[in-house]
Formats: sequence, C-alpha cells, structure tokens
Amino acid sequence: MSNRLTGNEAVAYAMKQVNPDVMGAFPITPSTEIPEYFASYVANGEVNTEYVTVESEHSSMSVCLAAQAAGARSVCATSSCGLALMYELLYVAASCRLPVTLACVNRALSGPININNDHSDSMGARDTGWIQIYAENNQEAYDNFLMAMPIGETPSVRLPVMTCMDGFITSHAVENIDLLETDVVRKFIGEYNPENYLLKKENPLAVGPYDVSPYYMEHKVQEAEAMKAAKARILEVAAEFANISGRRYGLFEEYRMEDAQLALVLIGSSAGTAKAAVDKLREDGIKAGLVKIRVFRPFPGEELALALANTRAVAVMDKSEGFSANGGPLFAETRSALYDLKERPYLIDIVYGLGGRDIKVEDFEKVFGRLADIAVTGETGPVYTHMGQRSKEEIA
Amino acid sequence: MSTVYNLKQEVEKPERLTGGHRLCAGCGAGIVVSGVLRALDKEDRAVVVNATSCLEVSTFMYPYTAYMDSYIHSAFENSAATCSGVEAAYNALKRRGKVEGTVKFITFAGDGGTYDIGLQSLSGAMERGHDMVYVCYDNEAYMNTGIQRSSATPPFARTTTTPVGSVGQGKKQNKKDLTEILVAHHIPYVAQTAPIGNFKDLHTRAYNAIYTEGPCFLNVLSPCPRGWDYPAARLAEIIKLAVDTCVWPLFEVEEGVWRLSYTPKKKLPVVDFLRPQGRFRHMFQKGNEWMIEEAQASVDQKWERLLERTGA
Ligand SMILES: Cc1ncc(C[n+]2csc(CCOP(=O)(O)OP(=O)(O)O)c2C)c(N)n1
Repeated sequence: MSNRLTGNEAVAYAMKQVNPDVMGAFPITPSTEIPEYFASYVANGEVNTEYVTVESEHSSMSVCLAAQAAGARSVCATSSCGLALMYELLYVAASCRLPVTLACVNRALSGPININNDHSDSMGARDTGWIQIYAENNQEAYDNFLMAMPIGETPSVRLPVMTCMDGFITSHAVENIDLLETDVVRKFIGEYNPENYLLKKENPLAVGPYDVSPYYMEHKVQEAEAMKAAKARILEVAAEFANISGRRYGLFEEYRMEDAQLALVLIGSSAGTAKAAVDKLREDGIKAGLVKIRVFRPFPGEELALALANTRAVAVMDKSEGFSANGGPLFAETRSALYDLKERPYLIDIVYGLGGRDIKVEDFEKVFGRLADIAVTGETGPVYTHMGQRSKEEIA
Repeated sequence: MSTVYNLKQEVEKPERLTGGHRLCAGCGAGIVVSGVLRALDKEDRAVVVNATSCLEVSTFMYPYTAYMDSYIHSAFENSAATCSGVEAAYNALKRRGKVEGTVKFITFAGDGGTYDIGLQSLSGAMERGHDMVYVCYDNEAYMNTGIQRSSATPPFARTTTTPVGSVGQGKKQNKKDLTEILVAHHIPYVAQTAPIGNFKDLHTRAYNAIYTEGPCFLNVLSPCPRGWDYPAARLAEIIKLAVDTCVWPLFEVEEGVWRLSYTPKKKLPVVDFLRPQGRFRHMFQKGNEWMIEEAQASVDQKWERLLERTGA
C-alpha cells in the first residue's frame, strides 16, 4: 500500500493501526499533528483507544506509564520542552520497566526558544533508560514506530522506547511511503499481555516502591542488563519486520563503507544529504562512506568500532551541543567505542544544524575535504568545532 | 448517596492497609488511609495511587507493601495524572473485555503534593472527569523532607522554613483554601473531613466519594506529631479540637450544594486547638496576643461564610 504522507501522519497512521489502549495527548510543535490526526481517528471511530487530553506533557507521561502499569499499551508524542517536562517520569517509566512508546519529533531546546530541528531534546534524555531509535525519513519513522512495541514489550527487555524523527524536515515533509496492511501490523505487534499488572484480578501488584540501598543497585543492574539484551531483540524484530515489509534495518546503516577510508558518523535526516555527498566523492574516486546511527540506546559500540576499523579519518556529526567542552554526545560515544581498536582512525567532532541551521551537500564535501587532509597529514587540527555558524565579523 | 454506618460491622472488615507500616506513632495519615479504604465494599477491588510523601516512603518500602490492593507510586507532583492513567487503562481494557469486576481508584497525597506541586495535575484530572477519588491528607507541611512550610501551613505555624526567631514569627501567609478550589471545578462531590470519634464522618464522606461516579475530592485533616509537636497519644484529641474550634469544619459539597456535616455543640476558642501544639508555642508569649486574636478572627470569618453557604 503506497501513500504520500508527512512523517507526523505516517506515525499517527502507525498508531491508528496499532490501536493502542491509551494515548496521552498534548500539543507541541512540531509533533502536534500526531495527537491531532489521532483525535480524528478517535472521532471517526477508527480506533477505540482511551484518548486522554492531559493538561501537560508531565501528565501525559504520567498517564502513559500508569496505564502501562495497569496492563494497557500506551503511546504518546512530544518534542523539545515537552520531552524536557517529562524528564523525571522518563526515569520512572524505565525503572518500573514499563514499555511505553513515545514518538519524539526532535526539536531544539530553549533557550532562546526555537522550534526547529536538532537533537538536543532526545540527547538530553539519553541516560534515562529509554531505548532510542532514530529515523532518516518518513518511511523509517513509520517502520520504527511499529517495531518499537515488539522490542520494548519483550519480557527480557521491558523498557520504554522513543522513536525519533527530525522536526519539520521529516515530520512535515510529504514523501512516498509504503504502508503495511493493518491486519499485518496487528499480527506483527501482537497483543500486549504483561505477566503482572495493577488490574490483574488474581494478583494485586505494587509498583514504584521506595527502594532502599540493599535493593536499589540490583534494580539498576537489571535495568542495565535489559538495555544490553535489547540489542539482540532489536535485530530480531528487524528481521521479523523484513519478512513482512521487505525493508531491512540494523543498529546502524553503513553506506558505501566496504572500502571507505574517510567516513562520517551521524544521526537522522542529514544522512540523505550526506549520502549525496558520498556519491559525488565516489564519482571522483574518493573512498568516502557514511555510518548512520539508527539505534542510539542501546549504543552499538562494538559494532561501530568494527565498521570504522579500516577507515583513516572519521568525522562525527553531532546535531546537538552537550556543553561538555569536549564535543557532542555522539562524538563521546563514538570515540569511546573506537578506543579498543588496535589501529584507530583519526577522529574529529563537528557540531552542526543547531536550531534548524541548514546543512548542504557542499558542507559535507567540505567535511570530507578536511578528513582527506587529516588522512594525509595526520594532523587533526581542532578536534571539536562548530559548522555553519556565522563568524563574529558577519554577525557584527 | 449515603450509607448506614455501623462501626462494629466496619471494623470487622479485613484491613486493606496492614499494620507494620513504618508511619510514626500518633500520625494521622495511617488512620486516614485505612479509614478511607474501609469504605470500599468488600467485594470491590481498588488501585491505590500515592504521591511521594511520608505515607509513601512508610507504606511501600521494597520488598514490602502495606497495601492489600494494587498500588502505584510514580512521583511527587503527578499522583492525579498517574491515577488518570490507571483509570484510562481500566476503561480501555474493560471495553476490550480484558478486565473483570469493579475496580475503584483512590489517590492519596499530602498537602505538599496537593496544594502545591501537584495542583496542576489534580486540576487537570478533575477537569477531565476521571472516575476517581483524590484524597489529600493535610498535615499542613512537607513532613517527609523534615517539616517545611506548604501553602496549607496555617499562619504563624513554626516550620523549618518558617522558623521563629528574633524577627521571624512563623509562617506569614494564609492557608490556601484548597477545598474551595476543588469546589470551583464543579465536580460531583467534594468534602472536608477528619478521622474523628468513631470515624463515621470520614467513613460516610469516603463512601460517598468512592461510590459517586466521576472525579471526587476529599480533604482530610491529618495531624503530624513531629511537625505539630504534640505527644503521640493526643492525636484523637487534637483532631477533635480542630473540629470543635471550627479550625477544620466538616462539610460536603454534592453537585454544588453545600452541606455542613457537623456543627459543634459549643464552638470552642481557637486557643484550645493551638495550645497543645509546639508549632504555635510562640503565639502564647507575652506581646503576641495579637496573633491569637488574628487566628480567632480568621477562623470566625471563615466559619460565618461556611454557615452562609450551607444555609445553616
Ligand atoms: C519534584 C520533587 N520535589 C521535591 C521532592 C522531595 N519531597 C518528597 S516528599 C516531599 C514533601 C511531601 O510533603 P506532603 O505532600 O505534604 O506529604 P507529607 O510528607 O507531609 O506526608 C518533598 C518535598 C520530590 N520527591 N520531588
């Protein structure tokens, strides 16, 4: 079934096909359309979800995690400040092992307030215990959302899942996309039948205790183990998904990496632009390649090290600032993953695209130009830089 | 909505909040919770929701829970939203034939989690109309973190953030009238009550709230021996004094109609309530008579207003 949809509509459509038990709804640009589309499905009787129009994202996540604890499958969508407002509850959902599914439409975080895309919101939530899967385009946004539930609800995992897509770029642009039939979707995601839940008649349950020191750490270790277990499950679900869709997904996508000497590592919609740059350079005989990270939590460290093992120079492209004074979050992960390699490529970090700042094919070509120089000279120059910002002189 | 109250019969019901929880001796919260839960019909199940508070940390310390019913705690400021989520799940699963029987949803939160940080979440849940009972047990301060003032703390009360010193005289501001705020939500049932005497009032209000469809709210006075600084054994007496001085009048508002639940035979002076409590000790120092006068005037004024509203 082919269709022309925006990313938001694609995700809302996936939600409709899932027909979740509960949805928490609160508007924030650019994810607002998701609860709007869903409201029309509710109004038209196309779903019979309990649609809870909360008074804030804080309550949206509270509703979703509590519904999940009660035995229901719950979903919601948000962006930016909305995700930030949920922050405390993101931890609660993960530590209570409640597999809520959240569509995060990535947007910059205040301040100054800005509604355009970068990854500051979800990167800020990277250590909350949520699985994070990022989409490059509308098709992936749809596909990832459908894979989220079979991943998160698996007993060995039982973690909440955030599927991320780039605000406006993906959420609002119309693309051709392949939709699955609803009965195929239903069969793929199955029923949500948790072992224990608040509403279970035979077995009252208590959730969210005061956890004393003799137990707390054990619970955190179990959570960490669940995140490790998620890696295999993500690949298993991807394989099952390939069977019904013909579309294959891994922890990351390698683009022309077979013999690449110069490579980029990045996340999200910029991959399309970067691929165009790689193609151009390849025409000129330059061995350029790209690794597009799809799964950021759990982080595919070992796999990424292997993928980059034979490169000479790598630029990590961070679409969020971490203010670590030492590079962005993707850079920190990538550099750490490469540490165990006997021979490591040279590595630089480029922070780009903050607050919706555009990135073009030529920009990526420039990055590859820098990598080519580094590969020859062995001199990285400044390791951590920002790309695309106006110079001080221009601003003045 | 009413129930015939038979104390003997009620206390013979199995406790839904077990003994052995870790609340202090002389604490009102435990008896409020067990009193409210006792109002559930025996055959009905409940999910109890709790905000972070003294109650929460003392009744569900992993791996032990004091609740016989299902229970969830998620955070300090979101107990009403958490309860909304459980209720939403119930509606969805019921519709889909996945749960059986009647389940009731009861939230317990302190005054900090209700008057202050959780007010938005509470207001949202009440406005949306979830079928639930929200019980605020009002001990007039943040007790769990060590007796800091809340917007439920009465004027002049000494707390760790409103200490009495050479210039400071305890809390400067009034107590927020939360019960009235809830009445303004036009929900089916709001009541102010306390675990007093043979528990009839608490029981009846709780029963009404639990068995009225839609969002219902109970504000329940819940003294704290540590924060109020009274000997644990005087709990029942302190509550009685709060009610008989009209510091904490008992009333209900059903579908917008105000009704007094209790009229003291003899309205006692406010000092009777203030005197046994260490938190008001400085009010009795020489030169501070004006504080007691102000406290009395404020109680009288509110009581008059309540009499007008209830047509009593
Ligand atoms: C967001 C947040 N802020 C602060 C706290 C710390 N905290 C936990 S319980 C509490 C006070 C609870 O007071 P109240 O609701 O009146 O209940 P009580 O302890 O008096 O029974 C506070 C401040 C918290 N858990 N979460």
